[in-house]
Amino acid sequence: MREAMNPWTFVIASYVIGVGATLALAAWSMLTMRRAEKRRDSVRNR
Amino acid sequence: MHGFANPARFLRIARWLMPLCMGAGLVVAVAALGWGLFVAPAERLQGETVRIVYLHVPAAWLGMAGWMSIAAASFAELVWRHPLAGIAARASAVPGAVFTGVCLVTGSLWGRPAWGTWWVWDGRLTSMLVLLFLYFGWMALSQASEAADGGQNKAPAIFGLVGAVNIPIIHYSVIWWNSQHQPPSITVGKSAMSGDFLYPLLFAMLGFTLVFAGCVLARMRAILADQQAEARLRRKARADVEAF
Repeated sequence: MREAMNPWTFVIASYVIGVGATLALAAWSMLTMRRAEKRRDSVRNR
Repeated sequence: MHGFANPARFLRIARWLMPLCMGAGLVVAVAALGWGLFVAPAERLQGETVRIVYLHVPAAWLGMAGWMSIAAASFAELVWRHPLAGIAARASAVPGAVFTGVCLVTGSLWGRPAWGTWWVWDGRLTSMLVLLFLYFGWMALSQASEAADGGQNKAPAIFGLVGAVNIPIIHYSVIWWNSQHQPPSITVGKSAMSGDFLYPLLFAMLGFTLVFAGCVLARMRAILADQQAEARLRRKARADVEAF
C-alpha cells in the first residue's frame, strides 16, 4: 500500500528551491557585472 | 555572426539586451509559474505533483542548453579563434550548472511521491548527474588554465566539445534503456501533453530561457570588464616602469 503523502509539500519545496536558485543566480550575475564595470571605470579614471 | 564577435559591438548590444532579457524573462517565468500553480488543473494519475513539471522541464532544458552553448563556443574558439567565444563559454558554465542542479533536486522531489523513491540509478538520472559533474570539472579546468596561461590554454575548449557527447545520451537514455523516467512528452512538432499543461510549460520554458540568456550576457559583460581593467592596469604599470 502506498504511503499517504501531502503532494503540496513536494510542490512547494520544488518551487522554493527552483525560484530561489533562479533569483539568486540572476542577482549574483547582475552584482558581478556591476562590480566589474565599476572597477573598470575607476581604473579608467585613475 | 562573425560580426558580433567584436567585443565593442557586443557590448553596445549587450547593454540594452541584457536588462531586456532579464526583465522580460522574470515577468514571463513568474506568470507561467503562477499559471501552472494556480490555474492549470491537477493531472488524473499524478494529482497535484504534476505542477513540478513547470520548473523541472525548463531546468532540464537549460542544463543541457548550457553545455550546448559551451560546446558551440568551444568550437568557435578552436576553429575561428573568436575573441568572445571563450568568454561566452565561461559565462554559460555557472547558469548551466545551477539549472542542472535545480533539475536534479526538483526531479528528486517529484520522484518521491510519483515513484516512491528519491533517486534511482537509471540512464536519465545518472547521465544528468554526470552533466553536473562535467560542469564542475569544466569550471575547475577553465579557472586553472586561466590562472596558468592567461586564458590561452585550449584544454577547456576541447573538454567542452568532448563533454557534449553526454547531451544525446541524456536525451535518448529513456529510449535506449528501461527507465523509471517517462519517455519524451514533447518532440519536434508533436506533443503527448494536453494544452492545459503544455501552454504554461512552454511559457515557463520561454521565461527561464530569457533569464538564462540575461545571466549569460551579464556574466560576459563582467568578464570583459575584468579583462579591460586588467589590461589597463598592465599598460599603466608598464608605462610607470618605463618612465622610472
